[in-house]
Amino acid sequence: MSRQDWEVVIGLEIHAQLNTTSKIFSGASTAFGAEANVQASAVDIALPGVLPVLNKGAVERAIRFGLAIDAEVAKKSVFARKNYFYPDLPKGYQISQFELPVVVGGQVTVRVGEGEAAYDKTIRLTRAHLEEDAGKSLHEDFHGMSGIDLNRAGTPLLEIVSEPDMRSSAEAVAYARALHTLVRWIDICDGNMQEGSFRCDANVSVRRPGAELGTRREIKNLNSFRFLQQAIDFEVQSQIETIEDGGRVHQATVLFDPDSGETRTMRSKEDAHDYRYFPDPDLLPLVIDDDWIARTRAAMPELPAAMRARFEADWGLSAYDAVTLTAGRDTAAFFEAAVAAAGAALAKPCANWIMGELAARLNKAERDIADSPVGPAQLAALVGRIADGTISNNAGKKVFDALWSGAGSAVDAIIEAEGLKQMNDAGALEAIVDEVLAANPKSVEEFRAGKEKALNALVGQVMKASRGKANPAQVNAVLRERLGA
Amino acid sequence: MSLSLDEVRHIARLARIELGDADATDTLAKLNSIFGLIEQMQAVDTRDVEPMSHPQELAQRLRPDSVTETDRRDAFLRVAPQTEAGLYLVPQVIE
Amino acid sequence: MIQASLTELAAALGARKISSVELTTLFLDRIDALNPTLNAFITVDHDGALAAARAADARLAAGTAGPLTGIPIAHKDVFCTEGVRTTCASKMLENFVSPYDAHVVGQLKAAGAVMLGKTNMDEFAMGSSNENTFFGAARNPWDTTRVTGGSSGGSAVAVAARLSPMATGTDTGGSVRQPAALTGVTGIKPSYGVVSRYGMIAYASSLDQGGAFGRSAEDCALLLTAMAGFDPRDSTSLEREREDYSRALNQPLAGLRIGLPKEFFADGMDDDVRAAIDAALAHYRQLGATTVEVSLPNAKLAIPAYYVIAPAEASSNLSRFDGVRYGHRAADYTDLADMYGKSRAEGFGAEVKRRILVGTYVLSHGYYDAYYLQAQKLRRLIAEDFQRAFEHCDVIAGPTSPTVAWTLGEKNDDPVQMYLQDIYTIAVNLAGLPGLSLPCGTGAGDLPVGLQLIGNYFDEAHLLNVAHGFQQGTDWHRRTPAVG
Repeated sequence: MSRQDWEVVIGLEIHAQLNTTSKIFSGASTAFGAEANVQASAVDIALPGVLPVLNKGAVERAIRFGLAIDAEVAKKSVFARKNYFYPDLPKGYQISQFELPVVVGGQVTVRVGEGEAAYDKTIRLTRAHLEEDAGKSLHEDFHGMSGIDLNRAGTPLLEIVSEPDMRSSAEAVAYARALHTLVRWIDICDGNMQEGSFRCDANVSVRRPGAELGTRREIKNLNSFRFLQQAIDFEVQSQIETIEDGGRVHQATVLFDPDSGETRTMRSKEDAHDYRYFPDPDLLPLVIDDDWIARTRAAMPELPAAMRARFEADWGLSAYDAVTLTAGRDTAAFFEAAVAAAGAALAKPCANWIMGELAARLNKAERDIADSPVGPAQLAALVGRIADGTISNNAGKKVFDALWSGAGSAVDAIIEAEGLKQMNDAGALEAIVDEVLAANPKSVEEFRAGKEKALNALVGQVMKASRGKANPAQVNAVLRERLGA
Repeated sequence: MSLSLDEVRHIARLARIELGDADATDTLAKLNSIFGLIEQMQAVDTRDVEPMSHPQELAQRLRPDSVTETDRRDAFLRVAPQTEAGLYLVPQVIE
Repeated sequence: MIQASLTELAAALGARKISSVELTTLFLDRIDALNPTLNAFITVDHDGALAAARAADARLAAGTAGPLTGIPIAHKDVFCTEGVRTTCASKMLENFVSPYDAHVVGQLKAAGAVMLGKTNMDEFAMGSSNENTFFGAARNPWDTTRVTGGSSGGSAVAVAARLSPMATGTDTGGSVRQPAALTGVTGIKPSYGVVSRYGMIAYASSLDQGGAFGRSAEDCALLLTAMAGFDPRDSTSLEREREDYSRALNQPLAGLRIGLPKEFFADGMDDDVRAAIDAALAHYRQLGATTVEVSLPNAKLAIPAYYVIAPAEASSNLSRFDGVRYGHRAADYTDLADMYGKSRAEGFGAEVKRRILVGTYVLSHGYYDAYYLQAQKLRRLIAEDFQRAFEHCDVIAGPTSPTVAWTLGEKNDDPVQMYLQDIYTIAVNLAGLPGLSLPCGTGAGDLPVGLQLIGNYFDEAHLLNVAHGFQQGTDWHRRTPAVG
């Protein structure tokens, strides 16, 4: 039997660390990378007698997220204690939300795949709730003991839970990427996956199409999109093989080992925790009034989905281009500024330059588009000069180089200084063409005999003779005309 | 109702309280007597009653998002049973 | 001096008739002499007290003193005190020195009160006799073979035996009022949310409330005024204007309607207690008050509901005591789970462990609705009963405890017998109302009997007025036990 006989069912739980200045229930700093335990306040280390007070900034961010995914922002939500013992959990319980989360429902539409096979998919969200992060256990050997650093304890998290709507690892990755874009877009999370600011858990099961849901296994703590895909693919394959070999999938929580590319069981259902959730008596219900929601809504930026649709409708961009250009708020802003300067008619070449040359350079230099040495106005001027025939595409790259290196800052001045202007004088070009034809009778002969390639050689000769300033399209046309083709 | 010895052992495990066999038996008897008292609650029909979790039913007060705490690590680590290099030490945690 | 009221002490200090150092020394000497018998204090801070007294004397000299400046105080050992160990009467915290002050402690320091030390209590405030303590039972100064009541037994004894002019306590199910009754002092538990819980080591968060012990309602009013007030560090602290709880002390009681819950006066109260309560009510009628029967039909469910809610919250609140960041860690263990299990088994006493287990059970999977949710619903019914009763009366009165102080050890084998001692006090915590106990007579063995007054939300000043009116015409609160 093959993969086609199985349907894969995936739901994701994503923990996004909210980019507040202080912790969710204490006034300690959330800055990353401090020396161990210096940012663990009395509340964070759970000294006897201390109490939590909720950070407004964390709530504000949860509201923004709820509005961004078109969810219901709960008028009243409740913090609950999730009880379990672990050395990185100082109180012996995590303050989370259980029965009444702050965000209910919502959905995101994502673009899955590339090219012809690409399609849009809407994934529903179950909920998103506020909770506190735990500290870290360090396993370097302290005489056979572990060290506990509680700096991260109490950092605000938004746990975002999807419905089991994804049917492949590609859909799961597309969804995770879309959320990753979204949380940065609305500025609630820095999205830094290496530092653990954005972590995915995947619930994976397989079933025969139409059958009831299969037994699911949860893959914990995936901190890159590549691992997310690899882990799901491995888990799916292993579950299918298990069933096809006559076995049964056992519910479990598993960890992905990037070195082996495999998952391994962390705990089975039998020793699943009994978390003894109950409303935290130290905190009162979180009440969010309509006015707060309205004010937050008014301050929201245009969202990537809306922007993507606008790029497609107004400027005729392909879905692929629109998705790529809305992958980040800075990229989208750069693109919009460039189009504003160059004119809507040049949206497509602006897009191409941003996704092509600029993206490549930024990538190589490991720079963000926000501090690109080439600004949107400069790029627009460059695109304009190519479009109006002043320079060739190749000359455009030279202009771009000059802009990037800082050798020049005004496009026209660079064109002038470097002598990049195209030869648009028909008489001069015709003279050069005639010279080239006379000097290359062999190529002329070959072309007339039907060898198309011979024309390229002639074009090259003309370009060389014009020192690159001729317009290749024009050269082509004049050559054909002269050769009677 | 009455609890079984196994249930007592189970909740002791959940609560991370080691319970010897003799203790478990004595605890079982006392817990059953306590639950005898608690069971009186079940006689009341509370179908339409809203649970009350706080005496004053107000909304949570919110704190501005600003850093108000300073580094007091040394003072905090001083009261810990075992520390090293700014960390709390515990028996090896196995993931 | 040891018999003086807070107002008299403040006057003496203000007039430089006595210095705070002298006053503090006087009480420290009494503690040194009597504490070996009474075991009211777990920790006495001689040096700290004298240093604070010297600072108070400086304030008094500089004319920047407040009403409590220079007056000694004892804190229940549930309040965190920076630099002075805070044990909660538990082996778990036997050597714990808090790196910070509780809000209440900070407020009293700022007021210039002089802390003498930390008082004995039932471990983690769980108990009604002050026998559940790692440091040995506190003893009743009226008869040292008897219990003090609890959980704030040490604070009650400190005031009763004149080891301190005032003391703080906490009251989760009667832990201020009941020991006040059994030792013959006045104690008030304000409405939930009036006193910040920050730095008060939690037993049951939705029920715990700090309270005051004094020799009289007048003294309690002064102390409560200094303790109370909004604290942004406690989410359940109420944002209310600061109150002067002494403001209404002297209002006449004519026309006062006293509600007598018929359920409190049915079976269960000992005859000697009943006689003292009846006499006290007769005195109120003489002062112009009327009594009216009211009903609290669900009050009988208060104990079962309490013994679900309080242990549930406690089981979670006490999870932080895991031997990692502070507190007791077992000496020998094989691995992490063993370290947890042994540290907690060794660190907690029997009653604390029982309540943790009860709480763990009622919250565990499959039982939440039947126990915790049901208890929270009963809690509402109980609170609503009080509101209906207050439609017919201004305050509710009844016994604080069904018996006078019993013999040490008498009820130790049967936790349920012990729990039933709080039958009249627990409903008040479930509703979050203010309650007060004042000495109103004596029962068998010449032991004190307490009258409980219950007010509607934020009626503390009125309750203190009602108690003060009684104390103006009686001298039960002036009686002093002969000890040592």
